[in-house]
Formats: sequence, C-alpha cells, structure tokens
Amino acid sequence: MTAYILRRLLLAVPTVLGVALLTFLLFNAFGPDPVRTALGQHATPEAIANLRQQWGLDRSLPTQFVGFLGQIVSFDYGKSFVTGDDLGTQLRAGALVSLSVVAPPFLAGGAISIGLALFIARHREGLVDRGARVLFIAGMSVSALVYVLVMQYVLAFKLGWFPISGYESGTAALRYLALPWLVLLVVQLGPDIRLYRTLFLDEAAADYTRTARAKGASDGRVMWRHILPNAWIPIITTNVTTIPFLILGSFLMERFFSIPGIGSLTIDALSRGDLPILKAVTILSALALVVFNLISDLLYAWADPRVRLG
Amino acid sequence: MAAGIARKALGSLWRRPSPRVCLLVLGIYVLIALLGYAQMLPDIDASVGGSEDPPSWHWATLLGTDILGRSVFYRVLAGAQTAMTIGFLTTALVIPFGTALGLAAGWFGGRVDAFITWLYTVVVSIPDILLITAISYAMGKGLTSMCLAIAATSWVGVMRLVRGEVLKHKDREYVLAARAMGVGPVRIMVSEILPNVLHVAIVMAALVLLSAVKFEVILTYLGLGIQEGTSWGLLIAGASQELTNGIWWPLAGTVAAMFALIYSLSVVGDALRDALDPRVG
Repeated sequence: MTAYILRRLLLAVPTVLGVALLTFLLFNAFGPDPVRTALGQHATPEAIANLRQQWGLDRSLPTQFVGFLGQIVSFDYGKSFVTGDDLGTQLRAGALVSLSVVAPPFLAGGAISIGLALFIARHREGLVDRGARVLFIAGMSVSALVYVLVMQYVLAFKLGWFPISGYESGTAALRYLALPWLVLLVVQLGPDIRLYRTLFLDEAAADYTRTARAKGASDGRVMWRHILPNAWIPIITTNVTTIPFLILGSFLMERFFSIPGIGSLTIDALSRGDLPILKAVTILSALALVVFNLISDLLYAWADPRVRLG
Repeated sequence: MAAGIARKALGSLWRRPSPRVCLLVLGIYVLIALLGYAQMLPDIDASVGGSEDPPSWHWATLLGTDILGRSVFYRVLAGAQTAMTIGFLTTALVIPFGTALGLAAGWFGGRVDAFITWLYTVVVSIPDILLITAISYAMGKGLTSMCLAIAATSWVGVMRLVRGEVLKHKDREYVLAARAMGVGPVRIMVSEILPNVLHVAIVMAALVLLSAVKFEVILTYLGLGIQEGTSWGLLIAGASQELTNGIWWPLAGTVAAMFALIYSLSVVGDALRDALDPRVG
C-alpha cells in the first residue's frame, strides 16, 4: 500500500513538471510583460529595470524556471507582484472562501441527484424517464450564465430574498452564499442525474440483478440492497476526481457575486499581470488533481475487492 | 468509407423526427454564418426604431430594440455568426489534431505513446478554465487566440478515445492481413484503421462544437474573450444591466438563440453516438 502510494506519487512527477513548464512558458516566456502592465506606457527605462530586478524577471529564463521549481517543492510561492502580500496566506484565505462556495452545493446536489436518478431509473423508458431526459438536455442547453442572471434578477432583485452580490466573513457569509449555492445546485442537477441514471441502468442490466429479481425480491429491495451498493463504487470514484474541477464553478460564482475566493483572485491577477498568483493557482490545482486521482484509486481498491493495487 | 459513415450518420439522423428538426436548426445557423460572411446580414448599427422598443412583428424589431434603437434581432444574428465561427474553427483544429495524435499514440506505442500520453496528462491536470485563460493571457485577447485556447483544452478527449479505438483494432485480422501483404505502416493507419475509428471523431465533433460555443459566451462575458465585434457573451453582459430596468427582451432573445443552437447540438450529438457507436443499441 505504502509502496503503491509512493510509486504513484513518483509517477506524478513528470506530469507536475510538464504542468510547471507549460505554466512557466505561457506566463513568463510568451505572455505580456507584467512590468509594462504595472507601470504603463510612459515609464522610464530605470523604473522598468528596477521593477524587473525587484520581481526577479531580470534573470535568464532557465534560472527563473529553476526558481519556480524550487517554489513548487517548498510550497512557498513568494509574494504577489501587485500587493506584495505573502501568497501562502492569500491563497489559504481564498481557498477557504472558494470551498465554502462550492462544497455545500456539491454535497447536497450529489445526494439529491442520486435520489432522483434512482427514481427515474426505476421508471426506465416510462413517461418520467423520457420527460426527464428532455428536461435535462434542455436544462443543460441553457448556459450557466443564464441561470445566474435570471436567478439573481428574480430571487435577489425582484423578490429581495437574497443580497444581489457581495461578501462578509463569518456567519454573515451565509446570507451571501445562499444564492450562489442555489445556482450551483440547479446547474449541477442535469448532468449529475444523467450520469447516475446511466450508472444505475448499467447495474440494473447486470446478471446479479436478474438473479435477485428471479428469486422474488421486490423492486425496492433490488434497488436499495443490490443496485445501490454496487453503484456506489463508480459514484465515489467519479465524484472524488471531479473535486479539483469544482474550481470552475467557483470561478463563475465568485465573479458574478463578487465573492473574494481563488477565482476572483485569479481573474484580478490576470488583468494586473500578477504572475506569481497565476502560476501558484495553476500548479496547486494540478497537484490537487494528482492527489485526488490517487485517493479515488485507493477508494476504488477499497470498495471493489476485485481491484488489486500494484 | 468515410463518405459511407457520413451518409449512414446523416441517414439515421434524418429518419427520426427530433434529430431531423435539430439538424435543420443547425443548418439555419450555418446559413446565418455564411450570410454573415457574404455581408448579407442586415446592418447591426442601423437605428430601426425608438430606444428600447419592446418586440413587435417586424423582422428588425422581432426582438425589440436596444437603448440606441438598434435591432436586437440583427445583433443576435451577428452573435450567431461569431459563435459558429469560433465553434467551427475550434472543431476544425481539434478533430484532425486529436485524431492524428490518437492514431499515432495507439499505432506506434512505445515512446511516441508515452510522450503523447504525457502531453495528455499535463493538459487534463490543469482545469480547463485556467488553461484557457492562461493561453488567452499569453496570446492576447481575440478570436484566434480564443479558438486556439479552447482547442488546446479539448483535443485531449478526442485523442484518448481514438487511441483506445486504435488499440482495439491494431491486432484485428484485417490489419494483420494488410501487414502481411506488405502495406506500409502509414498506409495502414490512414486507409485501414482511420476509417474504422472515424465514428469517434465524428461524434466528438458535435461535442467539441458545443463546448466551444458555451466557452466563448462565458469567456467573453467575463471579459476574457472577444473584444470587438458582436458576441452573445457581450450581448448578455449588456442585457443583464438593462434587466434591472425591466428591459427583458435583449436577454431573452440572446438566450433563446443560444438555447436553440446548444440544444440542437446536444440532440444531434446524442443521435450520432447512437447511430455510429457499435456498442450502443
């Protein structure tokens, strides 16, 4: 087990190196000059040279890349170009906020989707199933953008149930988070239910389900005692691997509702040319993906006795 | 063979009513884009009525007018042209590139496979939105860089599926027979294996087109995409501010146009998969 984990982590090294190289090339080699972005068109050559030296951009590209690799290994991403703040603190605070945006709807949405998918799968090819399919394709064809705008307009602006946007820390955050949660929940339902429905139907077509039915088990018992326990395996593994990608939902919600998480941090950094933040966010999400993929495989081996790690 | 697949796909789409309607809708969007390139779409900057007139039964004011009295309908059409352009350019980049890499990885194996798989792992390790924004940051905002950025994140799906198919076909009798007859590796790849894995590329094309359209709107709305010209993202950004004054038609019109395109693409994509994937039905 320990040997397996170590080997998997070693195998991830080339991937992380690749991500680092790609990130570095995009931001440091090909991207616009952050010094120019910060100082504007009319800066004196001395000011430019000074800032470049202060930000360490006067070194050769290979030296800068080695420095970047050092930052990745030590988890110390230095300071923001623009604010001069320590990135570790900024990212930790941002990540906590982003997590509070995406985690609750992710968990609640998962539970609701599984319940509805079980219901729909039981009425396969019936009116419920066919109606649901059209509804979900239609629901997924509406851009996430539209859900945000319409719900913001109706629920916050017209009905005044929620603040339109903004954020406060502490328990006051709940007031501001409720609407983003609701939006994420609704956006997520369509694709999730579709996925779970397929999983349940795959299990329903398996031999053991037919056996259970043949020995006289009721529909409900087959669903709860036979299909659901087997379907848990793909449900858990797919969910664990999608966790790093929740950042996408966070990006949109933070932008629309002015919530100061990782997404807002990144979009601000893009417009200011704040390279350290951009590089840190990219590398950290790649690292998170490596870790969550590993966790998913370990869970898979734990849940399914046929799978051996090695 | 390729023409045969295309005919089979179109035929099976045409037989069922719902994909047929969706295919027609897609045809209309293609037509709009082509008319746009032929300079035959109406002028989007012309004033066609008063400021913020609600919709009425004329072509120009079908979706009402905006604050400057310009036709919302004409602007939505121009946005459709942009969306179709980005969708098709991205797909035209992604499908050949992803298919070629998938073929090479599956067929040659060894170091070629290791390198392509590494490239794949690197790209999928970065969340799409981060990679897309990073590329448009590096290349500057605009239509070309957005196509390249979306393409850079979406070739991975095509490559993975094509590679998997090639691995399945590699040791089949017809390939062995071609080999035994002394057919060269490139020739086998192109004229024996490619036609048999092409259905994957065709189904993926609908998905890539769909996600490119969706990404364009969101990125442009966030201010990371198209800067000049008309895009649904820009229209929605403008419309969302007018919504608070009760001006609903610019948002509703743009959303309806987006919905029709994306819904049709989803249905056609699903129908294509049902028709071409030998594992289904």
